[in-house]
Amino acid sequence: MFELLGVPPQALFGQVLLGLINGSFYAILSLGLAVIFGLLNIINFTHGAQYMMGAFVAWMCLTYLGINYWAALLLAPLIVGATGVAIERLLLKRIAHVDHLYGLLLTFGLALIIQGLFRNAYGSSGLPYQIPAELRGGVNLGFMFLPWYRGWVVVASLIVCLATWFLIEKTKLGAYLRAATENPTLTQAFGINVPLMVTLTYGFGVALAGFAGVLAAPIYSVNPNMGADLIIVVFAVVVIGGMGSILGAIVTGFSLGLVEGLTKVFYPEASATVIFIIMVLVLLVRPAGLFGRAA
Amino acid sequence: MLTETAPAASHTAAAAPMLKVRGLEAWYGESHVLHGIDFDVAQGEVVTLLGRNGAGKTTTLKSIMGVIGKRKGSVVLEGAETIGLPSRAIARLGIGYVPEERGIYASLSVEENLMLPPRVRPGGLSLDEIFTLFPNIKERLKSQGTKLSGGEQQMLAIGRILRTGAHFLLLDEPTEGLAPVIIDQIGATIRKLKQQGYTIILVEQNFRFAATVADRHYVVEQGKVIDMIENDQLDANIDKLHGYLGV
Repeated sequence: MFELLGVPPQALFGQVLLGLINGSFYAILSLGLAVIFGLLNIINFTHGAQYMMGAFVAWMCLTYLGINYWAALLLAPLIVGATGVAIERLLLKRIAHVDHLYGLLLTFGLALIIQGLFRNAYGSSGLPYQIPAELRGGVNLGFMFLPWYRGWVVVASLIVCLATWFLIEKTKLGAYLRAATENPTLTQAFGINVPLMVTLTYGFGVALAGFAGVLAAPIYSVNPNMGADLIIVVFAVVVIGGMGSILGAIVTGFSLGLVEGLTKVFYPEASATVIFIIMVLVLLVRPAGLFGRAA
Repeated sequence: MLTETAPAASHTAAAAPMLKVRGLEAWYGESHVLHGIDFDVAQGEVVTLLGRNGAGKTTTLKSIMGVIGKRKGSVVLEGAETIGLPSRAIARLGIGYVPEERGIYASLSVEENLMLPPRVRPGGLSLDEIFTLFPNIKERLKSQGTKLSGGEQQMLAIGRILRTGAHFLLLDEPTEGLAPVIIDQIGATIRKLKQQGYTIILVEQNFRFAATVADRHYVVEQGKVIDMIENDQLDANIDKLHGYLGV
């Protein structure tokens, strides 16, 4: 077999795939954060907990109700999104008129509460969630072995990201969303119900996190801390991509997953920090992010 | 010289006014900007609000539209009190708003800008009718909204509310910063809209332009209406008006 820069291809492509999978989660989660930040001006620190809730709802559906993975893939985002709608209506709406910092503190506190509740109920050792029967096993591509489920995660998240991009950039509903993001007062003065859009947008962003949680359940163990571990990296991804840019969130998410994977191959010592190093560099050179518009 | 005028009494229309503003007060944060605005607009009239910078003309339009933090008093549109309504409900009563800064969205294409405001009443202009009024817009539908020239943006801002069926228009300085030939085109459009029965409140700094389109002029100073001049009395009152506007 051939080698690339002294690295066997199995190792290289294995890490590329792992990078793409991490990138899939970065992309969906940072996309949700970007959509929420765009319209609500809130940095949703609850996002990691909501991702964790997605995984737990899928696990509960299977364990208590016998609802399988595919149904949970639809159901869990709806349920988690509905809790998001409740959070927006009951809590976030009340602080919409004050400084962003309050939204950040509130959502951070909520994340701690939600994680604490799940830890109290289910412990922190993690619960197993089986890969659905249809996606067990894999295929040998010659240069690497591709497990079906991992391939599915990349494809599913790409589809969801592109569908979200299409919805926001190419449809009438998306035009309302962009208009309300850019100038909520005027958009409201045209007769558009902006407060309702704010609620639904938060619900949608949160549902995306729930969807990512279901995708993650069979790969990582279902664990109350799974979101807290991931969300710090996702915030770095959002900072690099630029807050509020839809396409930027998607592209940056996948690319940084890939960069992380490649770093594991070529300089493993830096693989845990490479994203933060890039974040620092981007902040120095382009404070608004790679795809962000300077305010 | 600064005589308080009773606007309703001096107005000729016998029918109840389409818009009746009484004791309208408004605030930007802590600063009290309107101190009791009173005026009427009859159906089918074009009325201007004239006054110096900072007199409260734009704030009056914003207060009618409900896009200001805090307001008090009474704004009755076709018999309905609107002072407590959110702006989206006021828009649904048939008011179309063209803000001072035109409000063209950078994140929307020209076409999306044009199609954004929902229909609030039947009888709005069709796209073809809007393109007949403003042929430039049709050529630029796919462009980013803010890539249009100032004049084109103004036409887009007016065109998009004509689509909605709104029959009461609030135009905030539609001629500001535009070339004379564009100002003429906008003037012609306003006269055409008046012929078609639209009711319009126009905020203007340029009273020469205002005189070519309006029926009456209200003079606003320090957050109050201090005078009303019929358009055909404008020449007779020109010195007084110069005094008000400081020109």
